[in-house]
Amino acid sequence: MTAVVERMRLPARSRRILVIALIGILVMTISEVITGTEDLTSRSTASAALRLSIPILLAGLGGLFSERSGVVNIGLEGMMIAGTWFAAWGSWTFGPWEGVLLGIVGGGLFALLHALATVTFNVDHIVSGVAINILGLGAMRFLSSVVYTEDTGGSVIQSPPIQGIDNLSLPFLAGGDLFGWNSPDFLGWLELKGWFFISDVSGILRGFFGDVNWLTLIGIAIVPLSAWLLWRTPWGLRLRSCGEDPWAAESRGVPVRRMKYYGVVISGMLSGLAGAFLVLVQAGIYREGMTGGRGFIGLGAMIFGNWIPAGVLGGSLVFGFGDSLRFRGSDLVKSFILALAIGLILAGIYAMTRSNVRRAVVQGSVGAAFLVFFMLVGEVPNQLLNAIPYLITLFVLAVASQSLRMPAADGARYAKGEAR
Amino acid sequence: MKRGRLLTAVVAPLVALVIAFGIAALALLLVGINPIDAYREMIVFGTSTASLIITVNDAIPLFVSALAVAIGFKMGLFNIGVEGAYLLAALFGAYVGALYSITPVLHVLSILVVCVAVGALWAFIPAILKVRRGVHEVISTIMLNFIAFSLSAWLFLNVFNAETSGLTVATDLIPVTGWIPSLNVVLGWFGIEPRAGSNLSGFLLIAIVLGVVYHYLVNKSRFGYDLRASGINPSAANASGVDPKKMIIKTMLISGGLAGLVGVSQLLGFYHQYPQDFPGGYGFAGIAVALLGRNHAVGMAFGAVLFGFMNRASLILDLKDVPKEIVTIIQGIVVLAVVIVYEIISRYVDRRTVAAAARATEADEGVVAVAT
Repeated sequence: MTAVVERMRLPARSRRILVIALIGILVMTISEVITGTEDLTSRSTASAALRLSIPILLAGLGGLFSERSGVVNIGLEGMMIAGTWFAAWGSWTFGPWEGVLLGIVGGGLFALLHALATVTFNVDHIVSGVAINILGLGAMRFLSSVVYTEDTGGSVIQSPPIQGIDNLSLPFLAGGDLFGWNSPDFLGWLELKGWFFISDVSGILRGFFGDVNWLTLIGIAIVPLSAWLLWRTPWGLRLRSCGEDPWAAESRGVPVRRMKYYGVVISGMLSGLAGAFLVLVQAGIYREGMTGGRGFIGLGAMIFGNWIPAGVLGGSLVFGFGDSLRFRGSDLVKSFILALAIGLILAGIYAMTRSNVRRAVVQGSVGAAFLVFFMLVGEVPNQLLNAIPYLITLFVLAVASQSLRMPAADGARYAKGEAR
Repeated sequence: MKRGRLLTAVVAPLVALVIAFGIAALALLLVGINPIDAYREMIVFGTSTASLIITVNDAIPLFVSALAVAIGFKMGLFNIGVEGAYLLAALFGAYVGALYSITPVLHVLSILVVCVAVGALWAFIPAILKVRRGVHEVISTIMLNFIAFSLSAWLFLNVFNAETSGLTVATDLIPVTGWIPSLNVVLGWFGIEPRAGSNLSGFLLIAIVLGVVYHYLVNKSRFGYDLRASGINPSAANASGVDPKKMIIKTMLISGGLAGLVGVSQLLGFYHQYPQDFPGGYGFAGIAVALLGRNHAVGMAFGAVLFGFMNRASLILDLKDVPKEIVTIIQGIVVLAVVIVYEIISRYVDRRTVAAAARATEADEGVVAVAT
């Protein structure tokens, strides 16, 4: 396990991310003081952000397995749709945990189709992925129309309400039960102290550890598990070698096609789990279109995370936070925009001290634009709140995309025995 | 060689269609429905005059949308953002078009210009993000779709002040000078008299012109050559002097401009205003049509008509207690099947070509051996 921890503590990069995250919280705290809202770093915002980031995380990790094996997977969204439908149907017919299982199977089946097209038949990965997305939507609509007839309380676009999965609080940190004993709530106590910054940080942590869902914990546990699988086992080395250089891998006796199949199918199973999470934890019902592009946002998180599990987790938290903002109203969003403005202007000043004039000007002026927006706009209209997660994804990718390195043979066509 | 390619182009979609209808038939059998009856109902209902007119009207935006997607595909650029672009463009077109009234043709043209400009500007965002910041266009255009939905919902109510008109909320009505007349007169020349209320969209002519222009632009022009070269081998194209960044920007602008026209047929042909339930989905379906038509203008025209036909003909299924969603399955499978079948056939043709060449070489060597 120390090896895993070692792997997750990516030397400079993740320490930098941690520092940036702490500065981010500090800036948000300042912004809270200015605007007089207290919700930005509260436990409810944090727990909502965590809950919303898990599907993105799972989809992102799915994309990671697939792309590490060299197959681009735009079909994550379609696989996630399959996951939502099968999870709802499973929970409705058998029970919530069977729903989870069926969601995973549903996503995996669509992934098998993607693997068949891309690995066996060498179809362009993006073309196949787009087709999977169209097919996923269509097939689930058909199944709904067959299964959720009027007498079940569902319809073509939604299932009847179904049973979800329970929550729990972690002992000691957040006052959860331990074998029937009510343990102290350390973080909650700190949060209530109202100490500047410290209470804010513990409020966020309390939101992460208190009243969490079983599936949330499983989702987070998959992060180190993926890191271990991909970087610390021979299997993982083989899988990654197929994404970096399948021809060389083949010459060393790696069954390239089979590894790619593994990568893609695991990808679909994780997307299916992401879909199951949406149904069983967030919504308690299947609705058509409920994935709302989260498969793609997951891909964005994977890219932002530089094709590394810990990075994907970071990216998902950012996007999950963005997703949570829209449910919490205009004031909070304004407070967040102010935080963005302050952060960007600070970053601009930092760039100025490093005499990087161009970056300073760009960051400073974008920050100033946010500031002007903050001061001029009275209330952010509801319709625009819905666009926030997508805007944040776009914005973050525009800022972060350049210094990243994807697997070298990601998306490459590979046929057994052929030269590159 | 030429014949082989034509064969592939025709056979692949046909085989894919057979596969798709076959799998859909299995799905229907599984839920206890006779697929032959269902398909027969579809054909009978779908081939009435009124149905065919609706099919073509539905095929027009599908075709334009497919053109917008295909021009990007030709250089390996995936513009998934047609959906958002055309809704925004139609909204702006409706708003601007309702502000004034000039001579008929000019009014329509000016609205077209607005739509093209909005579409192109919207597509410029992912283009610049890709060129300057390295953001993959698939992700950025999908994010922009969602942003476009929110943005148009907000513009619709808060900025363009849509008001209740008739049964729905809609923007102001565009004056008659901005309408595109129907082609029912032309149908009359062929002795076809459509029922009242059944109008063949006049935008059909513009769509055909767009298809022809697309074909020549891609296959006969310098730009088209650069486009295809960038798609097949970007580094070779770059080495021969094609600036990939400029190509990306140009292609995305053209794609976005075309996307801006997707909603025009419905807007200026039928609604004459932008209602809250303005028909969506053409942008996504256009991707499927482009894949089905293999980015060829004629192929996409067939694909668009086929999709339009399936959409229309499926309406009868609900009355016969068959879930009409079966066509969405057919459409999904056909797209996946067509790319797989195409891959298999072209691999087979390649292998045969190689074998033929090998045989020819052997024969040559034989001749040489005899000569010496």
